[in-house]
Amino acid sequence: MTRVLIRVPKTVKPGQEFEIKVLISHPMETGYRRDHQGTPIPRDIVKQFRCTLDGEEVFRAEMFPAIAANPYFFFHAVAERGGTLRFEWSDERGTAWRESAALTVE
Amino acid sequence: MIRQAAMAVALLATWPAAAQTDDMANPAFLWVEEGKALWSERPRPGAKSCADCHGAAETAMRGVAARHPAFDAKRGRAMLLTQRLDACRVEHQGETPFEPESRRQLGLAAYIALQSRGLPVAIAADGPLAKTVAEGRALYTRRIGQLDLSCAQCHDDLVGRRLAATAIPSGHVNAYPVYRSDWLGMGSFWRRLGNCTTGVRAEAFAPHSPEHVALESYLAARGNDLPMQAPGFRN
Repeated sequence: MTRVLIRVPKTVKPGQEFEIKVLISHPMETGYRRDHQGTPIPRDIVKQFRCTLDGEEVFRAEMFPAIAANPYFFFHAVAERGGTLRFEWSDERGTAWRESAALTVE
Repeated sequence: MIRQAAMAVALLATWPAAAQTDDMANPAFLWVEEGKALWSERPRPGAKSCADCHGAAETAMRGVAARHPAFDAKRGRAMLLTQRLDACRVEHQGETPFEPESRRQLGLAAYIALQSRGLPVAIAADGPLAKTVAEGRALYTRRIGQLDLSCAQCHDDLVGRRLAATAIPSGHVNAYPVYRSDWLGMGSFWRRLGNCTTGVRAEAFAPHSPEHVALESYLAARGNDLPMQAPGFRN
């Protein structure tokens, strides 16, 4: 199953603002719904999302049940040096996911 | 604060229409990636993948979704794109048909439909498909359900007006399969049709039933020359 779509520019100029887009595949079940039998559907949400460039934090978000399924992050960053952009996110059950993308600054 | 609120409202006003032109903002592309993987995946060792027979989807599947539903001379009936996928799976891959509305079925349909994006819808409605299209038109104008409403009473007569907060669309099918934010997921035209049939308190048609095929054929033919939008993103 496709877990995530990430779009980062391959190369950016030093100090130039660029876009980072991350679309995560996740049901973001609120815990407030019931199934057809009337049984509550347990809450299942991505709680934390973090993006770092060579260990330095670029963006962090904490999520709550009001965020819709398949959360989409769109944020801007500035870099002086290239490196590895790491994306980490985790749910409340202890499952964590990790992806990375290379960023070249020239 | 006020400025941020204004920006949020401005963003909402263009969403999901703006996302329709930005693939990264369209969650349907999570399904497309799945379909892309499925295209070259062999269902079991020794079996053929889609790519083994058809080659690259970008060239082989270009325009295919824009031509469907189409009349199949060998079987003597109209076929939807998803019925074509099932036929391939059964006859050439020795597999069972896709489970309707499954991630795999919608993913493969979305991936194939994407290869027709921007091409005009080109249903051969005046050939042997004409009978099915006419059946679809008859169904479209027939009153059904406890509310005694036909499709046409809303989707022809009241287009652009509102049903509660929702704008009534003119029933085009050029964006299916579609990601709908009220479903929080993807669905085919059949799923959308079910929303309307249960809405007028009629019994929903089964997937790939003659009624489903006829209605989708009629609506597709009505949308001839519109650009293909699939996979769409709607609220």
